[in-house]
Amino acid sequence: MIRLDGVAKTYRTRRGDPVEALAETSLTVGENEFVTLVGPSGCGKSTLLKLVGGLVPATRGTIRVREQVVNAPFPDVGFVFQQPVLLPWRSVLDNVLFSVEMLGLDPRQYRKPAVDLLELTGLAGFETKYPHELSGGMQQRVAICRALLPDPGLLLMDEPFGALDAMTREEMSLELLRIWEERRKTILFVTHSIPEAILLADRVVVMTPRPGRIARVIPVDLPRPRTMDLEFDARFKAHSDEVRSLIFSGRKVRG
Amino acid sequence: MSTARRRINEVLVPVGALVGALVLWEAATRVLRIPRFIMPAPSAILGEGWEWRYRFIEHTWVTLYETLGGFALSMVVGVPLAVLIVYSPILRGALYPLIVLAQSVPKIAIAPVLLLVLGYGELPKMVVAFLVAFFPVVIDTATGLHATPPELLDLSRSYRASAFKTFLKVRLPMALPFIFAGAKVAITLSVIGAVVGEFVGSDRGLGYVILSSTSYWKTELAFSAMILLSLMAIVLFAAVSLVERLTCPWLVPDRET
Repeated sequence: MIRLDGVAKTYRTRRGDPVEALAETSLTVGENEFVTLVGPSGCGKSTLLKLVGGLVPATRGTIRVREQVVNAPFPDVGFVFQQPVLLPWRSVLDNVLFSVEMLGLDPRQYRKPAVDLLELTGLAGFETKYPHELSGGMQQRVAICRALLPDPGLLLMDEPFGALDAMTREEMSLELLRIWEERRKTILFVTHSIPEAILLADRVVVMTPRPGRIARVIPVDLPRPRTMDLEFDARFKAHSDEVRSLIFSGRKVRG
Repeated sequence: MSTARRRINEVLVPVGALVGALVLWEAATRVLRIPRFIMPAPSAILGEGWEWRYRFIEHTWVTLYETLGGFALSMVVGVPLAVLIVYSPILRGALYPLIVLAQSVPKIAIAPVLLLVLGYGELPKMVVAFLVAFFPVVIDTATGLHATPPELLDLSRSYRASAFKTFLKVRLPMALPFIFAGAKVAITLSVIGAVVGEFVGSDRGLGYVILSSTSYWKTELAFSAMILLSLMAIVLFAAVSLVERLTCPWLVPDRET
């Protein structure tokens, strides 16, 4: 589904100094695969997400999504950010419909699917509420519904649960897996949390900073559907030790 | 019970303080025998104002008209100006220094020139009011247009929405609270601008009443006009706040509605 060939991104600061956000990177993601990107700040994982979404142009290399070269945003993508960034003047339902509206589709035809999505994410009955009446976790569910409504083939999630408290976070991870079981999509999911990365993923992409690059891609051989109990599984522990040592050793060498 | 008491206190304390101050004022002018033309008693101000009630209607109307004209100008010019500045770096470079320059010139110094150019009617007063009031509108609107979270702009871009659509559906409504903040400052400044315009040259309006009555030592009349001006400013401010609450209901927490 996604193919990155030697993709690199160099930003320029205001003073014109180049900053290498992402060193030459190659990665392939399969159809309906759930891939998490984990690593410390500045490892280029958010940059990688923006590159795949066509929001920023690559400095070198090519990105292909479904064999199409990406050099601008394309409609088959749903974005979810760390902040829900809902529109405070719109009701929950109208916030969900925002995506199809911006895509230039007729929102009236998406009312039923929007209501269904809200039900799927446990927000039935909240259609007419406003964002400020919702908890952070519920707001993020609305943001996920908004991203899912046009039924994109690719979901790009940039630390979507990073601003939530630990308990809501675990709940939301399992929720996302449940949604993903029901509506299969390719998901690229950026996170700081190693357990979250392993719990969710088919493959974990471990990244290290300065310059941002992929240290290793780890296939997760844990059965699905997954539960929080897996954290006590020996394989889970082995995976998280592996990720931790990659990130930690990277730091030591450069430290 | 305690909330009811708090409510009563919220009203009683400021009203009580106001009444107390008026009583003190009245007593002081009588006991100390302060001449009317230096410091008239509240009763004298009220009496004079009542006698002038019919003439005041016309003067208040004129000043209100000038104020609203200046305020409308400041919004109609200020908001689009801010949009231009935010969206075009070239126009920002060209317009920003001019706007700051226009703001730095003392309006009282400009007013006589404006009257010379635009004549004696209401228009020059509106222009003075506009000049005094438009700056906060431009600055606040520009700030508001920059207040959209970058993620929301990325999101709009990922849906390939046009810049105009993003402006209408995201950036402008996001800026509304800021635009209203500017409008609230602008409406009170417009009152000042209109009065400054009248001071420089007029034969009608509350500013004219203040100027002419003080030259005849009729200080109580000047005070009446001042009170009317303050009331006008308060009512206009409340009107803008009301429109804000109706347009941006999401800014008002549930418990207050």
